[in-house]
Amino acid sequence: MVRLDTPPAVDLQGIHKFYGSVHALRGVDLSIKKGDVCVAIGPSGSGKSTLLRCINQLEIVSAGRVFLEGELQGYTERDGKFHPLPPREVARQRRRTGMVFQGFNLFPHKMALENVTEGPIQVKGQKSKEASERGTALLERVGLTGLGDRYPNQLSGGQQQRVAIARALAMEPEVMLFDEPTSALDPELVGEVLDVITDLAKCGITMMLVTHEIGFARKVADHLIFMDQGAIVEQGAPHDVLDDPQNPRTKAFLSKVL
Amino acid sequence: MSDSNAIDQDGRRSNSASFEHSHGVLMNEIVPRRHVGRWIAAAVLLILTLQFASEIATNPNFRWDTFARFLFDPLIFRGIGWTLVLTIAAMAVAVPIAIALVIMRDSDNPIVRGAAWLWIWFFRGTPIYTQLLFWGLFAVLFPQLTLSVPFGPELISLETKWIVTPIVAAVLGLGFNESAYLTEIFRAGFRAIDRGQTEAAQAIGMSGIKIWTRILMPQAMRTIIPPTGNETIGMLKMTSLVLAVPFTLDLMFVSNSIANRLYQPIPLLMVAAFWYLAITSILMVGQFYLERHYGKGHDVAPSRQGAA
Repeated sequence: MVRLDTPPAVDLQGIHKFYGSVHALRGVDLSIKKGDVCVAIGPSGSGKSTLLRCINQLEIVSAGRVFLEGELQGYTERDGKFHPLPPREVARQRRRTGMVFQGFNLFPHKMALENVTEGPIQVKGQKSKEASERGTALLERVGLTGLGDRYPNQLSGGQQQRVAIARALAMEPEVMLFDEPTSALDPELVGEVLDVITDLAKCGITMMLVTHEIGFARKVADHLIFMDQGAIVEQGAPHDVLDDPQNPRTKAFLSKVL
Repeated sequence: MSDSNAIDQDGRRSNSASFEHSHGVLMNEIVPRRHVGRWIAAAVLLILTLQFASEIATNPNFRWDTFARFLFDPLIFRGIGWTLVLTIAAMAVAVPIAIALVIMRDSDNPIVRGAAWLWIWFFRGTPIYTQLLFWGLFAVLFPQLTLSVPFGPELISLETKWIVTPIVAAVLGLGFNESAYLTEIFRAGFRAIDRGQTEAAQAIGMSGIKIWTRILMPQAMRTIIPPTGNETIGMLKMTSLVLAVPFTLDLMFVSNSIANRLYQPIPLLMVAAFWYLAITSILMVGQFYLERHYGKGHDVAPSRQGAA
């Protein structure tokens, strides 16, 4: 279990999320150790993506606390009350996480390399020459050597998603978040993106992934969670959850997707 | 498309002598369709146009000699200058106001939002001519402009006629009116951007201002530029209404006053129309290049082919 002297990379405590009257997350507790890969699976609408988006404050939790390396996200807590942080502080906290979206969300008016260097130059204040060198190296790392001067619409879906991964890595985040990174891809392009993510997982960066690729989840996950109706129903080592599910809802879901 | 019998875009052969494609495929021999209706329509249009042109050229009432005499008249040139100054100044007033209104309309504060709504409601809902008349009478309505502490003592007081001169009245009148229309254009431009763009920028830790200037603005420009170009061209023509203020130095007013002096309205109208057309044509060229610049990443291959 987690040792007290080193806080977990991600620690979610009692997370609830309401959209109006819809109770999207119902008291989720989850902690991810440094260097671990946590994979969330579950049916559509089970709250996996919402949970992921709470970690980098794209969603504001209705109740509960989000900690990154022990630091409370989005608020300072005084006398039992939550005081929202100013936008500048929120932006600073977001730099600790990198996010890869289902729909890539590359900046269409910027070339691939510019997409990667935008954060380092504008947010971290890197010199553009240094940022370009690092960005080129990152594009090389995700297998896109020589494609830095392409605009996103000149790249395939798989290439775009790999640029998006490089863009997130360029900020040197402590935690990488992947929100169904291959769901928008043609089947023959899924593999190239999963290979890049698998390589990253081996490098020891802390990751949380939401995916429908069960085989991939089994391969990369250190910790697998199964979510349904806004709650974690079952969790543990991937082979335990996938091969010997205890909860009937997990069994029902796996029988459909495996 | 390098071989001699390539097929052009309409499916016609550029070389009908050979039927063989370079890859050894026997191509379909296509006989072009005859567009009889089109040919007749084109012929009719051509005849009408020529007739119209010859009528204009030969009709003595147009007084082309007067047209030629005044086309490059210094008075006319000064009028063009003032018309351009009005156009640019009014747009320069309208754009910042419109940007502020866009931000205000999306504010969480209902008073800020309501103020923007009221501004747009008023300036869009009344005729520009009425507004210009009003601006001309502003100095009569408010003879003194006073800067003071709200409900407290005066700090500075000036006579309005020294501040709201005819040029200022004209520029403010045109600019305020235009700002209401530009706001809607700008808002549509920002609305068209996918929400994921903001999220992606937030996710790399960008601040609100940077997200606006680096990510959203350049993308919104693509949809904002064409209608804003139209508005600028519209503004150029709208300046001809400033006689309501009255502002008396612009192209329309100057050519009209020359016409009244000579009792020859037609040739001077043609002079004015000629120069309005010339300027709008130049503006359209500028718009083309702006659109191309902000179309980056949306054209098929802008870096290779230039104008796509």
